[in-house]
Amino acid sequence: MSQKIFAPWDDPNEKPLIRFENVTKKFGDFTAIDDLTLNIYEKEFFALLGPSGCGKTTMMRMLAGFENPTSGKMELSGKNIAGIPPNKRAVNMMFQSYALFPHLSVWENIAFGLKRGDMDKRAIAARVEEMLKLTRLSKFAGRKPHQISGGQRQRVALARSLAKAPKLLLLDEPLGALDKKLRQDTQFELMDIQEGTGTTFVIVTHDQEEAMTVASRVAVMDEGRIIQVATPDGIYEAPNSVYVADFIGDVNIIEGIAKPAGEGTYRLNWAENEMPFVATSDVPFSDGQTAHLAIRPEKILITPDKPEDANNAVRGSVLDIAYLGNLSTYYVQLAGGQIIKAQTANTRRLSRRSITWEDKVWVSWSATAGVLLAQ
Amino acid sequence: MERHGRRFAGAMNMRRFFLIAVPYGWLLALFLVPFFIVFKISLSDLALAIPPYQPTMKDGIGQMLSAFDFENFVFLTTDDLYWKAYLSSLKIALISTVLALLVGYPMAYAMARAPEEWRPTLMMLVILPFWTSFLIRVYAWVGILSNEGFLNQFLLWTGIIDAPLTIMNTTTAVYIGIVYTYLPFMILPIYAALDRLDESLIEAAEDLGCSRTKAFWLVTIPLSRNGIIAGCFLVFIPALGEFVIPSLLGGSGTLMIGKVLFEEFFNNRDWPVASAVAVILLLILIVPIILFQRNQQRQAESET
Repeated sequence: MSQKIFAPWDDPNEKPLIRFENVTKKFGDFTAIDDLTLNIYEKEFFALLGPSGCGKTTMMRMLAGFENPTSGKMELSGKNIAGIPPNKRAVNMMFQSYALFPHLSVWENIAFGLKRGDMDKRAIAARVEEMLKLTRLSKFAGRKPHQISGGQRQRVALARSLAKAPKLLLLDEPLGALDKKLRQDTQFELMDIQEGTGTTFVIVTHDQEEAMTVASRVAVMDEGRIIQVATPDGIYEAPNSVYVADFIGDVNIIEGIAKPAGEGTYRLNWAENEMPFVATSDVPFSDGQTAHLAIRPEKILITPDKPEDANNAVRGSVLDIAYLGNLSTYYVQLAGGQIIKAQTANTRRLSRRSITWEDKVWVSWSATAGVLLAQ
Repeated sequence: MERHGRRFAGAMNMRRFFLIAVPYGWLLALFLVPFFIVFKISLSDLALAIPPYQPTMKDGIGQMLSAFDFENFVFLTTDDLYWKAYLSSLKIALISTVLALLVGYPMAYAMARAPEEWRPTLMMLVILPFWTSFLIRVYAWVGILSNEGFLNQFLLWTGIIDAPLTIMNTTTAVYIGIVYTYLPFMILPIYAALDRLDESLIEAAEDLGCSRTKAFWLVTIPLSRNGIIAGCFLVFIPALGEFVIPSLLGGSGTLMIGKVLFEEFFNNRDWPVASAVAVILLLILIVPIILFQRNQQRQAESET
């Protein structure tokens, strides 16, 4: 069974829905967005991820029309949208605070945008009912926003922003106000709705788990620049920089000097009097170049005895164990003082664990487990 | 144990009674008792005595009660001065309220939209006039509006007019006075409502297809409704019984019930008729006061 993989960004014939071309946005002396170029394709669920103040909200507000770029070009379906006010764009936004109109009922909130067009009353009513059904709010149509729960308010905000069937829906930290359990359920609901309606979603979030769960592609931002754009697994398994590797998930970074050792293989001299690590890399490194080996804790094996066939193995002692229930993270201190994090799934009960504090152990991993990064 | 509990409950009841009794006692002493005194006088007849009416308590309760009648109220209906004064007061109060709203709303809006660090200063400027006596401020308007006043001198100097405008001693001057005096009462509740307004609601309205003007009418106005209503009542209620402004700035053509009341009391020394005028004025005012209270209550409920 072969299913066509959704990856319009790999198809050079595909026209992007949104094009940012060298867009810069300045607030006085402060540069919020710095020379940004980016394509977002139709039906994508695109996540902008970054720490607060990285410019992700500014980018979203430019798409909505609340801010205009200082320089550069912004296109929506091939048309330049810089300078077009928010009410004239086929773009709707779901606000972080939801921004529901407190004086209007749930029904009237959802109908608000529809009434601004030239739709007749019956068509509006039908569309509102459809939205209420989609977001499972039919029972609450007559209530005011302050009479419903936080999760229901979130759904009203979503229904209201989807009602006009926008080409592009912007979601500003849409799940930020919900508790963890509800947030996880809502993430899948959002994905279902996105797939069902075929709308392009751009979501702003600082929660990497949320971005990884919902998005078709993730853009990691920092200080007004996009550091990397890739699919969630691409971002996680093949980060392009130490910043991205460190920002997404947990990672061990080992700095050393690279030395080519045959096709795509390098030796990393990371400490004196230690065996160099072997790692593969698609990106070439020159002899003597500084490199960082980024390796995820779950890809590191921890054993009491030296494994026979591992490419890389190094001895250390267990400094600390973080027990997370499903997982345990071991902090192993090497002879040189470096700390390596190794993670194992707790498939056994805690009482039968074979490794404990102060134990001498071996940590090992294969040559392909990590990524070599220049910076 | 149970007895102790009961005694404790008793103490609680005493406290609750006390807490409720104080405001009611206050209301009784300072509102209801004076009102009944005025009402009693309104049922009496004019007399050349001190106090200038009869019967009084000295005649004995029974005698006093049997001498009461509604003669003064009947008299109010026979002379068209009174109902004309009531109507004219209502009209002036109503127009002044609308004018104060038209002037006050943009000011409150500008205050709410001003940069955060300016707002305390702007608020201060609105409240500042209260630091001077109300009477002095109204007198100051005489100096501005009279034929040789600052306004006319300025307009003559600029050449916009070549003969002084007659504003002083007209109804226009009364409107100016009332709007000036009660403007802060209009601005403050509207400002309070606008200040609480979440900016993202306006952005949401624009995002959903409203122009800026449309968003103002569909979101800003409805959400400041309670402030508008409160402000209108706070201007309308005192303006209706206003006496100082029409008597200082208005002319003989400005008929207001507050002025009639004053003249009955102090010029004609007809306390019974003046009291009857006051009782009717109060009855007219009760309607907007109740509506105002209901608005405040609804606002408090919607915020919980």
